[in-house]
Amino acid sequence: MDRNMIESAPNAAADWPDRIYDLLKQYNVRQVALVPDAGHSRLIKRCLADNTLRVVTLTTEEEGVALMQGAWLGGDRSVLLMQSSGVGNCINMLSLSSIHRTPMPMIITMRGDFGEFNPAQVAMGQATQSVLEAMGTLVHRADRAEDVAETVEASLKLAYNTFRPTATLIGQRVLGAKTFGKD
Amino acid sequence: MVKLGASGKLDRRDLTRVLLSDRGDLLVVAGLGAPAWDISAVDDGPQNLPLWGGMGGAAMIGLGLALAQPDKDVLVLTGDGEMLMGIGSLATIAHQAPKNLSIVVQDNEHYGETGMQETATRHGTDLVKMAEGAGIKTTMLVTEPGQVPALKAALHAKKGPFFAVAKIDPASLPLALPPREGAILQARMREHLMGPAAHLA
Repeated sequence: MDRNMIESAPNAAADWPDRIYDLLKQYNVRQVALVPDAGHSRLIKRCLADNTLRVVTLTTEEEGVALMQGAWLGGDRSVLLMQSSGVGNCINMLSLSSIHRTPMPMIITMRGDFGEFNPAQVAMGQATQSVLEAMGTLVHRADRAEDVAETVEASLKLAYNTFRPTATLIGQRVLGAKTFGKD
Repeated sequence: MVKLGASGKLDRRDLTRVLLSDRGDLLVVAGLGAPAWDISAVDDGPQNLPLWGGMGGAAMIGLGLALAQPDKDVLVLTGDGEMLMGIGSLATIAHQAPKNLSIVVQDNEHYGETGMQETATRHGTDLVKMAEGAGIKTTMLVTEPGQVPALKAALHAKKGPFFAVAKIDPASLPLALPPREGAILQARMREHLMGPAAHLA
């Protein structure tokens, strides 16, 4: 099935993706690792248009965790953008952060969450926060558009100032749930 | 000249010794297990990150480091099992195409740390072809000591991404453990690259 058909993107009027982009600039992020998600599509476009950001499109999300390790080793700040289903792919690789005390901020768009249509998304979506916390990640959620930027900023600060994995979960209530017309 | 092991294949530690001699500013990320012991036996110090975990992540750590430090040569030295676990990263690296990144797989065709179980490379999987298929244009298969000077030169040529497989003798060599505290391993390389300011970032 076409992945775009079962995912949802934020309303074009919503400005939170632009505010996340502004935060990446403000916090001097240099490497942006991602597996694309429709919820992040606008932010990804902004990053791709910026020559001072290196966008690294991954084959699996755990590569992004390892990339963040290498980036910090070389003095670059980085972030990992992904959908909640990708969190499961990161579990063991997140141990790199606790081994070395490496900042690893993650910005995660939720599926299997508020008003989900696709049963396949529910297992990982409901496990996302527990899995992250089991690996020592400090997790914050934003379930209203107006909370997203503030929550992302808190997660960036926590990661870079206290040297650990952090995550912002952007709830499906913010993103909207696609329903194939069956709502 | 690199020594050979009992099988007639390259001795892994002697190969590592030659690759890291006169290394200049070469930064090395070593995959967990024997490659980490090899670099620690030969030349431990702040230019090395020997990994104690994160299996499958060595090449991507090298990518992040190479992108952050484009003027430095970066070598990822890892094993066949570790490379196979993160094989998709070859596509990611080909896409990013950092000129200063080399990956050398010391291929003994076995999982050496867990009882010498055979890996897929023992049964026909060709990592050089996989790297080429991923889009990495400069590759090398090293089976003889006479090829090692060219391998070593490629690490400093800044014509990467460069990918090589060196077929090595499967003998397990004496352990040479690096510091086990990862915070030290990370901090020493950051200080090497950025000075004491690294700790104030």
